[in-house]
Amino acid sequence: MQAVNTKIMSEKINQKIAPTVAEPPEGVSGQGFFATSIEKAVGLARKNSLWPLPFATSCCGIEFMATMASHYDLARFGSERLSFSPRQSDLLMVMGTVAKKMGPVLREIYIQMAEPKWVIAVGACAASGGIFDTYSVLQGIDRVIPVDVYVPGCPPRPEQIIDGIIKIQELAGNESLRRRHSKEYEDLMKQYNME
Amino acid sequence: MYQINPDRDQLVVKKLTSQFNDAIEAHELLADMLCICVKKEVIQPCLLFLRDDNELQYNFLTTLCGMHYPEKQQLGVVYHLHSFVNNHRIRIKTATDINDPKLPTATAIWPAANWMERETYDFYGILFGDHPNLKRILNVDEMTDFPMRKDFPLEDQTREDKDDSMFGR
Repeated sequence: MQAVNTKIMSEKINQKIAPTVAEPPEGVSGQGFFATSIEKAVGLARKNSLWPLPFATSCCGIEFMATMASHYDLARFGSERLSFSPRQSDLLMVMGTVAKKMGPVLREIYIQMAEPKWVIAVGACAASGGIFDTYSVLQGIDRVIPVDVYVPGCPPRPEQIIDGIIKIQELAGNESLRRRHSKEYEDLMKQYNME
Repeated sequence: MYQINPDRDQLVVKKLTSQFNDAIEAHELLADMLCICVKKEVIQPCLLFLRDDNELQYNFLTTLCGMHYPEKQQLGVVYHLHSFVNNHRIRIKTATDINDPKLPTATAIWPAANWMERETYDFYGILFGDHPNLKRILNVDEMTDFPMRKDFPLEDQTREDKDDSMFGR
């Protein structure tokens, strides 16, 4: 037994593990420099360092805890630093049932976040009220704040939450730097009474 | 399992009827617990008597909750009392007409009734006289309706996407 174990161990130690790096965007490269458009560079930086605000209210929050844990590690995707302060985060992850009384609080949190910001609604309750079609539950957080990605499920598996984060990364990476000043965006904010 | 104590049940009924005569409307044994229906005019002195009497000593208000009887057009309150000393539980019910939903408060007798009465007001609309802070506790403050009444619809009425044929209606 002992001999077999040391053999496997030494094989593992001698294995060369190639680190994965992000794919570079299109651009012109030469000796010691790489030129690309600023949108692509900024997009690449933003998408690989999204700092989430876990607005975990319910069971989906537990699935998020599993996603952040070592087995389904979310920190691999750059979400290493979670903050509960909206002023210091990029991505608002609403996970769980939001009550009608909680709606204005969620709106305040969203308003306090600095641009650029993205919102992901994790779970059936955040997306549409879920099975709780009742007087006390907000029937989907898109009644109070604009949402970018919806992750359905009750609760969604950690793999699905990670899939949602990858979609947010695609949005963040491809976003035009002028997007937030566009008419569409301002109309959207007007719809939600946020200037 | 709650042990039924028929001697103590009879003692309570005897003492209450001797004190309050016909304000005690009915009494029955419902699911192991004695349930006494009391007229709302004497509910406050009745609860005070149950708490302070030396033989009865119902010092603990376990809970109080609202009731709605649409066929009788009545709103009511049920109090669950518990005597630590004698290990005896009892249920007291009062009712009031739905068009005049006023009942006296039990906060002066047991301070725990404060939040319980706020919840009863929030969900049934029963107004408690002399309550120190009668406002909504669990629902949104601006809500105008009372959700636990039997005529309140079960589902949120602002949804447009629920297809009746898919939901078996």
